[in-house]
Amino acid sequence: MSVELIPLAVLMFAVTYPSRALGILTPGLERLPKIAFDYLQLVGPAVLAALAATSVMVVVGDDEQPSFHIGIEWVAVLVCLAIVARRRNLFLGLVAAVAIVAIARAAGLAAMPA
Amino acid sequence: MSLIVFAGAAQFAAVGYVASGLPWPGVVLLTALLNARHLLYSAALAPWLREIPFWRRAVEAHLLTDEAFALGISHFRRIGRTDERGYWLGAFVCTFIPWNLASLGGVVIGAQIPDPARFGIDVIFPAAMIGLAVGLITGRRELVAAIVGAGVAVVVALATSPAIGIISGGVVGPIVGLLVPARLAAETAPLGSIESADRFAMPDTHVTAAAEDADLPPVAGGQS
Repeated sequence: MSVELIPLAVLMFAVTYPSRALGILTPGLERLPKIAFDYLQLVGPAVLAALAATSVMVVVGDDEQPSFHIGIEWVAVLVCLAIVARRRNLFLGLVAAVAIVAIARAAGLAAMPA
Repeated sequence: MSLIVFAGAAQFAAVGYVASGLPWPGVVLLTALLNARHLLYSAALAPWLREIPFWRRAVEAHLLTDEAFALGISHFRRIGRTDERGYWLGAFVCTFIPWNLASLGGVVIGAQIPDPARFGIDVIFPAAMIGLAVGLITGRRELVAAIVGAGVAVVVALATSPAIGIISGGVVGPIVGLLVPARLAAETAPLGSIESADRFAMPDTHVTAAAEDADLPPVAGGQS
């Protein structure tokens, strides 16, 4: 196991931890106005949906240029969304999503990720 | 790296950047950009964690990931109060330990797995994120924030980079969500209410606590 990347990992930690800690450790955030709290309540759905959308719709090629992607992953994620919304069961949704992608790729109906 | 950085997306990206020969300052800069979304998570969690001692919050901050945030804040919102043990369960037991064990497993036996992509494992991340987002949607404001956040993120990601797109979606989505008037928000289970607890909580656990907090009679068995 290589240890050459440990200094890089420490540097990555040094730039990651402040963004994680700033809000949690800053005193006085509880005195924010109500509109700010309402805003923060909506951050979760927005960021998580943004993460999901960019993960399935945007691919970055070898040339580092992002491009729009259409694939079986869309179907898998939508099926997962439907299952979670209807059954409140994330595990079942994940199993269904993985199965859809695995079967489609095994059958040659979908391409492997870049 | 999994122990120290504990940020999956940044780790995947860093491996690719290092392999492509990008100098370390570039890797660090891109890591900072990619992980800047944690600032939003941190701010959103802050009101819930404010009663916890500083040093414990400092440790808990290191455990803050997409998954830990989603599990933690949805749990807090459902029960209407802070549950530090619940946060640790989601952030440490369900995320930190498995992530590091899986990283170790990947180092040891990963090369023997011919092509993990054929198993569809890559779709777990977006599917999990959308599933966790669904768990946070209890009204039209959240729905609008999620849809706009996703749309803005994709458009900006295509124009710039996925990291900037995610942050843009996370910032703009809630602003548009707030434009939905409260009377049209159609909250089916207002946060921290007996309806919220009844809808999401385990039977005979949070329902009773929420009912006591709300000075309302508990719902028997937590069933609606």
